[in-house]
Amino acid sequence: MTYDIAVIGGGPAGLAAAIEAKKNGVNNILVIERDRELGGILQQCIHNGFGLHVFKEELTGPEYAQKFIDELRKEGIEYKLDTMVLDISEEKEIKVVNTKDGFMSINAKAIVLAMGCRERTRGAISIPGQRPSGIFSAGTAQRYINMEGYMVGKRVLILGSGDIGLIMARRLTLEGAEVLAVAELLPFSGGLTRNIVQCLDDYNIPLLLSHTVVDVIGKDRLEGVTVAKVDNQFKPIPGTEIHYECDTLLLSVGLIPENELSESAGIEIDPVTKGPKVNEAMETAITGIFACGNVVHVHDLVDFVTEESRRAGKNAAKFVKNQLSNEGDIISTKAEDGIAYIVPQVIRLENIEEHLDLFMRVRTVYKDASLIIKADGEVIKRIKKRHLAPGEMEHIQIKRSDFNADKIALLTVEVEVKGGEDE
Amino acid sequence: MYDVAVIGTGIIGTFIARELSKYQLKILMIDKENDIANGTTMANSAIIHAGYDAKADKNKGKFNAPGNKMYEKLCDELDVPFKKIGSLVIGFDEEDQNTIKELYKNGLENDVEGMEILNKEQVLEMEPNLNDTVTGALYAPSAGIISPFEMAIALAENAMDNGAELILNSEVTDIKKVDNGYMLEIGDRKVEAQYVINCAGVYADHINNMVASSSFEIKPRKGHYFILDKSVGSLVNHVIFQCPSDKGKGILVAPTVHGNILIGPDSEFIDDKENLGTTAERLDFIRTMALKTTTQIPYHTIIRSFTGLRATADIGDFIIEESKEAKGFINVGGIESPGLSAAPAIAEYVVNLLKEISGGMEENENFIATRKKFIRFNELTDEEKAEVIKEDPRYGRVICRCETVTEGEIVDSIHRNAGATTVKGVKKRTRSGMGRCQGGFCSPKVVEILARELGEEMININLDSLDSYILTGKTKENDLYKQ
Repeated sequence: MTYDIAVIGGGPAGLAAAIEAKKNGVNNILVIERDRELGGILQQCIHNGFGLHVFKEELTGPEYAQKFIDELRKEGIEYKLDTMVLDISEEKEIKVVNTKDGFMSINAKAIVLAMGCRERTRGAISIPGQRPSGIFSAGTAQRYINMEGYMVGKRVLILGSGDIGLIMARRLTLEGAEVLAVAELLPFSGGLTRNIVQCLDDYNIPLLLSHTVVDVIGKDRLEGVTVAKVDNQFKPIPGTEIHYECDTLLLSVGLIPENELSESAGIEIDPVTKGPKVNEAMETAITGIFACGNVVHVHDLVDFVTEESRRAGKNAAKFVKNQLSNEGDIISTKAEDGIAYIVPQVIRLENIEEHLDLFMRVRTVYKDASLIIKADGEVIKRIKKRHLAPGEMEHIQIKRSDFNADKIALLTVEVEVKGGEDE
Repeated sequence: MYDVAVIGTGIIGTFIARELSKYQLKILMIDKENDIANGTTMANSAIIHAGYDAKADKNKGKFNAPGNKMYEKLCDELDVPFKKIGSLVIGFDEEDQNTIKELYKNGLENDVEGMEILNKEQVLEMEPNLNDTVTGALYAPSAGIISPFEMAIALAENAMDNGAELILNSEVTDIKKVDNGYMLEIGDRKVEAQYVINCAGVYADHINNMVASSSFEIKPRKGHYFILDKSVGSLVNHVIFQCPSDKGKGILVAPTVHGNILIGPDSEFIDDKENLGTTAERLDFIRTMALKTTTQIPYHTIIRSFTGLRATADIGDFIIEESKEAKGFINVGGIESPGLSAAPAIAEYVVNLLKEISGGMEENENFIATRKKFIRFNELTDEEKAEVIKEDPRYGRVICRCETVTEGEIVDSIHRNAGATTVKGVKKRTRSGMGRCQGGFCSPKVVEILARELGEEMININLDSLDSYILTGKTKENDLYKQ
């Protein structure tokens, strides 16, 4: 089986990339989705707030996904559901299985990786204590409740104030459970401010900053959780323990891009984003393999995933049509003071049409700071920011004309603090 | 009336039951847990030791090396993963070097084959990631790694294939001497058996005390472990022990048979035989101690930490004998390390002991030594994958994406003898949920498959024990919506 473009993942990233590739003149496209329907994790995100940027309206996750699913069908793009990619090679051979077609080997001229991300687990952060049932990652609980129609508990403590944790605090409350508190290891929330207001404040759910779970009690089903305050080294402070009697612990302790397939193909992974290193065209270190969405870096808004994925789809189409320049000066981007990472990691100026889009996250919360962009050490842009937080992805656009030097090797971004670091 | 009741379905109980099933006996396996191998067999170092450690005059020394030699054939017969990767006891100073020499000598006495004492260069050539302050090592090529609970499940399944019966969720609450045997009280049920074999792990003393006066005590020792992701599975290629010293036995770093890295354990006597909780202090301790072996441990790839209990007897050795006060009641207690390695040899010994006690047992001419192959999709070639899906399309649906476990495997694991009835049961048999996402994606699907295959409601599917429910009801059934 041969396709011009194979898109791995039928979530928002894969759908947007496939549609955009089709609109850019490539017809022979296959979308491969491992779940029973298209839409990815959006299908379990039944809360609203999606689409404000892309559609200028508030949609639920399934509504947002449906717009893309409808468009995919209208465009006549082929897709396979309940289909798992086992392996991809550098030569763009994809090994796939499902119950209908069996084992398939697919060759593609270009591949778009859009596998999304997964949740960090209790094991990954070594939460001590016993191992009863009743401990769920927030996304798993979300699937049970929103897609399968089952409740996961009655009295709930949530660890981690990432967006899924916050959303689930409200969701569980609406389903009649009592959410005792949301504990957060960091001195600030990892979620969007609007979610703290709409999911915790509106329901009087306390947010315990600089707290973590230090013990889990219960042999069969969870019986309780002990939470303690942590110092600035994240070590629990003895004597600050609070015990909560609860039957459920939800973990929302971070998302990790799912790059097992990327690694099997030998794609270079950025140790900070845990996603492939990409260029301005969302192309990975392997020519013709593109990546977009949460598999590259974890986004806070699906609208940004869509924009990024459209860019990947468009460039994959250009690649298939031999229109993507392989040439041009290579600029590396580097995260300096206060910046955790920047995507893309490399830029070929040749391929920048009007402006370059840089996406990044800051390391901590800042008030009244500036983002300073330097080309080979020289400031080319300065953006004032009243508020910067790790939970909110920053997007910087640099006009092609802002690059005044002919050749640039290094583009850096740093945070300049005026008002001082915010607590 | 059963001929033999085996209490406890850990590695010892299942090995003995399977060995007994070679004879014409009515055998009952009993466990208080909801599944085979839920205690010590579930959580340990998973190593088949070479046998140089324990003294020859101890049961530990007597059964280890012979047990080791039996594993390859058994794992082949029962389709259980086993890798003979060899072990290294590494030393860092002169005292360690002396210990290594003593272990070598003791190994010779125990008939351990192929041992070598290696110098620094030889060690580092075999294991380049080790701390370069290493001065030498004892190499024992016959040491292996296994999946202990898969072994026990295979043994129970095979014993059942050969006629043995199994009852789970059945705690033996009392044992009474009756004519020609014993009556076991299992909750409201009463079961009679002529002979009883006590393989109750950390509760072996408790079971013994039901028929005899207290002759031994099990003081469990808890050990903490870390499991690292498969992506760093090549950190070491052999089982690496630190030299035992007066400060303790040291922490081991070892590959697992499924390609992860296992680090641990520490050792701590505990009173509560039910508390398997980890503590931050102990986890920190093994984290630090393991760095002596190699400074290269990528701790950010930890996917799980857990504890296991060792059934340490106060006499410091395995207890394998007929009770002096209760005829026909055999204690197999205090089976801590190297109990897993010794298990097949212990089973053979116990069955011979029973032969003597009973005055002879007739062979089961229909005994089948092998069990139905378990299709492990992930290990198949592309052609084999295509073939199994053609035969059963359910092998084309991947349920656990981290370990590439298919619906076909999960369904198979449920419908076998001694099959899975819980999410953990499926996990133990198929590895679904053992990977880096720890069941985040697959557990709802596993619950659904279990419910479907067992003809149950999803809310009745448990994680593990009967009280470890996962779901609390359907949505839209709370007060908010009733108003």
